[in-house]
Amino acid sequence: MIPEIGHFALILALSLAVCQSVLPMIGAQRNDAALMSIARTAAYGQFLFVAISFACLTWAFAHDDFSVLYVANHSQLSLPAGYKISAVWSAHEGSLLMWILILAAWTMAVARFTSEVPDILRSRVIGVLGFLSVGFLLFALLTSNPFERLIPAALDGADLNPLLQDPGLAIHPPLLYIGYVGFSVAFAFAIAAMIGGDLDQNWARWTRPWTVVAWLFLTLGIALGSWWAYYELGWGGWWFWDAVENASFMPWLIGTALIHSLAVTERRGLFKSWTLLLSISAFSLSLLGTFLVRSGIIVSVHAFATDPTRGFFILGFLGVVVIGALALYAWRAPSLDSNVGFSLLSRETFLLLNNVLLVVATILVLMGTLAPLVVEMLNGGKISIGPPWFEVAFMVPMIPLVLLLGLGMHTAWRKQSKDPWIRLLRTPVIVAVIIGIVLPLMFYGRVSLLLVVGCAAAAWIVISSLIQPIRSWRRKQGATAITRSALGMSIAHLGMGLFVIGVTIVSAFGVESDRAMRPGETLEVAGFAFELREVRDVQGPNYTAIEGVVEVRRDGEFIAMVRPQKRQYLVQKNWMTEAGIHPTWNKDLFIALGDQLGNDTWSVRIQYKPMISFIWIGCFIMALGGLVTVSDRRYRKSAS
Amino acid sequence: MNKYLLPLIAVVILIPILILGLRSDPRELPSQYIGKPAPEFDLPTLKDPEKRVSTANLRGEVSLVNIWATWCAGCRAEHDFLMQLNREQVIPIYAINWRDNRPGALDWLAQLGDPYVASGFDEDGRVGIDWGVYGAPETFLVNAEGYVLFRYPGPLNRAVWDHEFAPRIAELKK
Repeated sequence: MIPEIGHFALILALSLAVCQSVLPMIGAQRNDAALMSIARTAAYGQFLFVAISFACLTWAFAHDDFSVLYVANHSQLSLPAGYKISAVWSAHEGSLLMWILILAAWTMAVARFTSEVPDILRSRVIGVLGFLSVGFLLFALLTSNPFERLIPAALDGADLNPLLQDPGLAIHPPLLYIGYVGFSVAFAFAIAAMIGGDLDQNWARWTRPWTVVAWLFLTLGIALGSWWAYYELGWGGWWFWDAVENASFMPWLIGTALIHSLAVTERRGLFKSWTLLLSISAFSLSLLGTFLVRSGIIVSVHAFATDPTRGFFILGFLGVVVIGALALYAWRAPSLDSNVGFSLLSRETFLLLNNVLLVVATILVLMGTLAPLVVEMLNGGKISIGPPWFEVAFMVPMIPLVLLLGLGMHTAWRKQSKDPWIRLLRTPVIVAVIIGIVLPLMFYGRVSLLLVVGCAAAAWIVISSLIQPIRSWRRKQGATAITRSALGMSIAHLGMGLFVIGVTIVSAFGVESDRAMRPGETLEVAGFAFELREVRDVQGPNYTAIEGVVEVRRDGEFIAMVRPQKRQYLVQKNWMTEAGIHPTWNKDLFIALGDQLGNDTWSVRIQYKPMISFIWIGCFIMALGGLVTVSDRRYRKSAS
Repeated sequence: MNKYLLPLIAVVILIPILILGLRSDPRELPSQYIGKPAPEFDLPTLKDPEKRVSTANLRGEVSLVNIWATWCAGCRAEHDFLMQLNREQVIPIYAINWRDNRPGALDWLAQLGDPYVASGFDEDGRVGIDWGVYGAPETFLVNAEGYVLFRYPGPLNRAVWDHEFAPRIAELKK
């Protein structure tokens, strides 16, 4: 019964979404207040019914209702209760439902927190969001109904994919989706502005906080996914340039450009066509990401659905949304663009470069992701582009971006006079270069060009993002304090600097060693002694495991006891690696237990990962910067 | 030309590519290979550039051809299992080391073990293209007459083996 209620609620939500997408649009066109007021009500109602539907599916999982096909395929009686809940979004149907729920939640938030926005603009924004809801609800109801019954019911489920039985992966998709879907708000604002033919600095002020919040969730989601891959997949890498990772990374890059472009539109009324185009692209890439993951045209470790009807549906929807939006852009953007001059040395120039470099980076990633498809079309062969290509190609726009970042932050809007600028930045530049050379030499005893560039760039970003906050903190009484939004920018850039340090050091000085070991043997890696004390059997709630007990010493001194496991899940019989990691702030010692090679001999992978935690700490601080930015007074005013 | 039209044009070009992409399911071997002789190759071996491994080696016994590379994370994931297959002497495994570098690949085999009868070194990826390789790892099942019977893209493990490969091999040995 409950699953049928969920299905029915989803159909009701679709009807409301149709109202939400059509009526307010007509109202805005005719300036009819009654029709426009439907926008809010319909948005609240749609959210309510989607939430009911989602709750019903969750109920089915929590109560092990194996008469529901989706539940029977992705859960199991002995699965720990927490994972029964996260299993709701572990596969296609459920994660689509979650996508719809999050879209409805964003729409409701837009309806609630835009009292300052004129009725016409708000109605159009909610109308566009309603159109997106219609598309996804139809997608769910027509091709991927999560409430489909299985008759007769299964006695027990097929279990959740063991890879996904992990707290990191339980919250990774929701965060990622909040980010992905959040870009729909900027998209809706862009479409609404183009329909209305009116885009001013207020528009940018209203759009910006929504975009920053979406971006910060996406940042957290990607970072968490990368962290999960690091400790769960057992390879010790943190980014694989896998198609699905790229699918989340491209909207992030464009979203980052969008945030910067919006800053220019808000402060100076410039870059309007950039901002519009980036708003459209960020969301289109989110849709493309969904398409790539859902359609199975690119197979990867992550892809979990291969069904051509679904692919065609998403592609059709993507086509309508993107072509429609870009046609509107080609028609309306020329009249919206304004030409106010700015001099060559000004913040505008740096932000323009920022936009261009981030777009170039996105195009490179997109090319790398789609190249296999294109080559297949041209000569019928199938190819795959590996990480080496991405690593080199991605550096090309990233190195200048990172170097220009610190300069741009300290450049005035409109026109910056040269001498004070050089005086301000001379010392930080010199200090950064010195740090870039000394830091690797002192701590790791080796230096190369790429290392110096990486370390100096990181030091440069860290120093230059600290200048302003420190000045503000030491300012004389009465001088103006730094605004929250400027502070947020500094914090986010600081995070970027820490991220660059982490990436540079770990790729230069990480050590990997794979050996066969017997209990009692000791292996020396990067100055640490790893002694395999014993290998024993362990029993978990729904798995059995073989656990290696490894004692780590340095110069004879005990450092840690690390316990890597190999787990066999009882239902699906897969072996999973559960790496043992001893994390400290400046290094991780990573141990993964491999196969049994013979009597009492085990393959063991030991890795020394210096500064790797900075990669995720950096991302977290970037997201924190976003949070500080949206708490700025001028956005709070618009929210209340 | 109007610069505001450029994004639209780019997308209009991109969409047909995606549609064509949809039509081919990467989980299936393009039909022209299944049940046909394995595409010809003749490669220097990884261990000794003087020696060669070719389609001729595949004849006479049911065998696996595994496509791998050191840059491929999935290959690492399946390596332990390949070692296991080799230990159990289930089936001879030939390999094509695809778009890789020789020292790195030799180092990998030295560290993780070498489950292969022989690895062909396909530096420019030409043979991979002939075989319709989509991405590493991929594994082909070839019968004693050198015909491709089955292709599996993605890392092998016990479950995949028991499901996909074991029944097909049992069929052949009947």
